[in-house]
Amino acid sequence: MKHGVVLFHTTSAALRAEKLTVRAGLDVKLVPTPRELSSDCGIALRFAWGEAARVANVLAAGAVEHEVHPMPEQG
Amino acid sequence: MIYLDHAATSWPKPPGVAAAMADFLATAGGNPGRSGHRLSIAAGRIVYDVREALAEWFGVADPMRVLFAANGTHALNVAIQGLLRPGQRVVTGGMEHNSVMRPLRHLQQQGVRVDVVPAAADGSLAPADFAVALHRGADLVVVNHASNVTGTIADVAAIARPAHAAGALLLVDAAQTAGVLPIDLRALGVDLLAFTGHKGLLGPPGTGGLVLADGFDRTRLEPLMRGGTGSGSEHEYQPADLPDRHESGTPNGVGIAGLGAGLAWLRERGLGAVREHELQLCRRLREGLAAIPGVRLFGPLEAESCVAVVSFVLEGRSVGEVGHRLDEQHSVLCRVGLHCAPAAHRSIGTFPAGTVRLAPGPFVTMAQIDTVVAAVAEIASS
Ligand SMILES: Cc1ncc(COP(=O)(O)O)c(C=O)c1O
Repeated sequence: MKHGVVLFHTTSAALRAEKLTVRAGLDVKLVPTPRELSSDCGIALRFAWGEAARVANVLAAGAVEHEVHPMPEQG
Repeated sequence: MIYLDHAATSWPKPPGVAAAMADFLATAGGNPGRSGHRLSIAAGRIVYDVREALAEWFGVADPMRVLFAANGTHALNVAIQGLLRPGQRVVTGGMEHNSVMRPLRHLQQQGVRVDVVPAAADGSLAPADFAVALHRGADLVVVNHASNVTGTIADVAAIARPAHAAGALLLVDAAQTAGVLPIDLRALGVDLLAFTGHKGLLGPPGTGGLVLADGFDRTRLEPLMRGGTGSGSEHEYQPADLPDRHESGTPNGVGIAGLGAGLAWLRERGLGAVREHELQLCRRLREGLAAIPGVRLFGPLEAESCVAVVSFVLEGRSVGEVGHRLDEQHSVLCRVGLHCAPAAHRSIGTFPAGTVRLAPGPFVTMAQIDTVVAAVAEIASS
């Protein structure tokens, strides 16, 4: 399955995002930020790419600053 | 043993506090926000959950506006030193703790103008006096929400109005009121609130924080310390994001876990029930002490105007002797002297000798209060 990953500026934001998305019924997982993607924060939120719009909506509603990327291919 | 020193630090803590701290060490020992592995994330989740619980407790929508600090003093310094610049003016009240007065006096030497609105002999502050002092404008107003010497509660909402009308921010020292009185930053008109975790919130020592109101312009606060945050590691400059901007260094995850458990206990028991219990204890204590010849009580007469702090002196005895005899002969533990608040003792006329301070907490019983009153009566008559 194709995954996406959300990047954050702070760990607190990543943890808040996890809580909000889980509460919204989304299937997400905190993962180490892929090295291919430059990020401010060591953890990122992985999600099923098909849910990208819902993830973005939930995070916008929760006022969490974030960036959405497709998950880089595992090399 | 009867512990009447809750105003210094609460003891005992609810049993869940030690359990949460042991659990943190056993199961979540990673460094929150530094690494991507499961122990780091587990630690981060606990810290975040407590941050969120505190935001809700203090009426702030954005949990990132809860900034953890080592204690109330640290939080006050983050605010005071982060906001004030030479040439600016700060107005404060006559019941402040040295955790406010010492940073302010230091900044005064650097060119900050410091004005103190006098308190009445019962520790109360008149909002009208603040309005007068604020006529000339000010950048910051700092006020102690409740005195650690007399327990007197300040009318923060009434001080917020003239402060904001003068263009000043309002910083409240909630060391004695967090976990004791309901506090909603929005309802009170508070811009920044410094709290300590180890008193009314029933957490362990080494916890506290600064809460920024949702409407506070966060760019006005310069960090007190700079360093590693686990975020923005490619940059050698301090990040702008909250809470990281003001939280450099590994946080006290163990303590924060304990603080979360203290807060959870308070929510379950209900703040109103705890307050009602402490009011009953203080009424009984004040009545009992007032009936003892030679006792002089300080603070307002009505318990409702105070947090659970009762200060007194005994004619013809030093406060040191009274405190020592309460401890040695009656196993009553309290604090005597100036309570780190010389300004407050000057205001109520007890500087430099100070007072004997009895400060009951949620686990003190009525029977213990009767024992304490009998002990003071015995010391007074012997
Ligand atoms: C009114 C007041 N302000 C500030 C403080 C400082 O808090 P902390 O001991 O957590 O630094 C205290 C208590 O010590 C206090 O009673």
